[in-house]
Amino acid sequence: MTDIPATNPPSRKKRISRLFRDLCSSPLGAFSCFIVLSFFVVGIFADFITPYDPIKIDIRNKLTGPTRDHWLGTDQLGRDVLSRLIVGTKVALYLAVTSVSIALVIGTVLGMLAAFTNRWVDWALLLVFDTVRSFPGIMFALTVVALFGPSVNSIVAIVVVSTFPSYARLVRTQVMSLRNAEFIEAQRAMGASLPRILRLHILPNVIGPVLIVASMDVPLVIGVEAGLSFLGLGVRPPTPSWGAILNDGFTFIRNTSWIVFAGGLPLILTTVAFTSLGERLRDILDPKLRK
Amino acid sequence: MIGYAIQRIGVAILIVLLAITALFIMIQFVPGDPANVMLGPRATPELKEALRERLHLNDNVFVQIYYFFIGVLQGDLGADLTSNRPVVEILAEQVPYTAMLVLSILLVTLLGIPIGTYAAVHRGGAFDQISGVVSVSLIAVPPIVIGLYLILFFSVQLKWLPAIGAGEGSFGVIKHLILPTFAIGLTWIGYVSRLVRASVIDVLMQNHVKTARAFGIPENRVLRRYVLRVALPATVTVLGVSIGFILSSAVIVEILFARPGIGKLAYDAVISRNYPVVMGTVLASTVFIVIATTLSDLLNVMLDPRSREQNT
Repeated sequence: MTDIPATNPPSRKKRISRLFRDLCSSPLGAFSCFIVLSFFVVGIFADFITPYDPIKIDIRNKLTGPTRDHWLGTDQLGRDVLSRLIVGTKVALYLAVTSVSIALVIGTVLGMLAAFTNRWVDWALLLVFDTVRSFPGIMFALTVVALFGPSVNSIVAIVVVSTFPSYARLVRTQVMSLRNAEFIEAQRAMGASLPRILRLHILPNVIGPVLIVASMDVPLVIGVEAGLSFLGLGVRPPTPSWGAILNDGFTFIRNTSWIVFAGGLPLILTTVAFTSLGERLRDILDPKLRK
Repeated sequence: MIGYAIQRIGVAILIVLLAITALFIMIQFVPGDPANVMLGPRATPELKEALRERLHLNDNVFVQIYYFFIGVLQGDLGADLTSNRPVVEILAEQVPYTAMLVLSILLVTLLGIPIGTYAAVHRGGAFDQISGVVSVSLIAVPPIVIGLYLILFFSVQLKWLPAIGAGEGSFGVIKHLILPTFAIGLTWIGYVSRLVRASVIDVLMQNHVKTARAFGIPENRVLRRYVLRVALPATVTVLGVSIGFILSSAVIVEILFARPGIGKLAYDAVISRNYPVVMGTVLASTVFIVIATTLSDLLNVMLDPRSREQNT
């Protein structure tokens, strides 16, 4: 057998760097890239860059509003709001990374399973996906918290269960359309095993859309955390999370509106950045998906 | 069509059954004895036994589910553990508040239609670009944050609108509805305007629109009769499918604005581990969502038979 000279596509490194250039080219894109990058950096190095101990109580300096010592003011116990927001970023980053990646893996595997096994398995899985989708998300969240208590892991569980169906459905449709494609048939004819086909030939083709959904799900995670912690059902005090900070601020909104205002900003910035990044990613990777 | 409808309704019933079964199984995993949780540590063994007997807790899960659904069919969802009032009665009191909120959100989202249409017709213009950025931002930010900022500006700073309660009299009710409605509605205005924009752009390029223009039909009329009539049904059905999300955010926003409703009810029930009420609210909201999605699916198929293949 002679070697067929392959026209190599641009190397992976080159493609990734080009993707980043496309992503960050417009003003809005650059802004989103900057925010997302800062989200990761601040989240990872949170403990090193806080100006104050986020849980240190200083009751004499409570609810100060912005001052030179406390740029974003202090809360009802005199804790530095900026430091609390920075540590809150760590919580948000942890939640976003764990829950989105777990949901992504479970969803992708189940979606492939649904597309590649027999009709009954497919039907049963679809029914499960639809059931999860019909279960009102917040009711599910409330029940989980009632059963297992409020904690970071409860939030991860809630997000995973309520988002994996969207990955599964997406992967399923994508795989269905690829299943009978000629290059897959060719692989099969050459005797490639099903796991090998899935891993080497199907997965690279579905990963793009899946990443788009993942990027768009980060705001969802942040929203769930904010909502639950706001209700006092999320991250336990004294760990500062964005939702908990908003909750504190809301309690004292008549004294100072500053905490709610400042506490909402990182939430708005990250959610908007991840969503518009997801939209741009979609436009670049898959113009067909654009709705 | 009728066969498809029957199939969809069957699936809908199955989904409700599955959801409730899942809830029962989850409750089985609660550490400790539910009777303990419900009655507290000081209850006598006889009292606990009586409660266990009454709630069928001594039987296995599937027998319990069976009894639950027998009850549902007879219109009996059990009784509130603290006040001993029938859950059905409590739900009937609270549902109208939530229904009113969801309805006014749906009405407000219709604002997205003119915005999206205008942006699509003047594609690439200043309005299109600004409304694009604004809509994406509105879609991204969680309703609770939008709600907090609305309270901050309109209730605390400007003191224009009330932040708490549901109000009395028609004027008061409307005044109290405005902020919660927009807290959720803004997201969906953004979403709808994006959807409408995309589908209008899509339809504008289709042949029948070109033909209509070639016949010299005025542009406004083309837009109304030939573009929006094709572009809108799909959007409306998407809203139907999204009603679950709207309901979910309504629950949180109800608590934020201290409004009565299903959300407040469920939240209080969860906090106090009032399981019959939790069951009742979950059942009610699941049924509501399933009905909404099924109806919009059916509507979609009726308007556009091509979509049947995508849904099955």
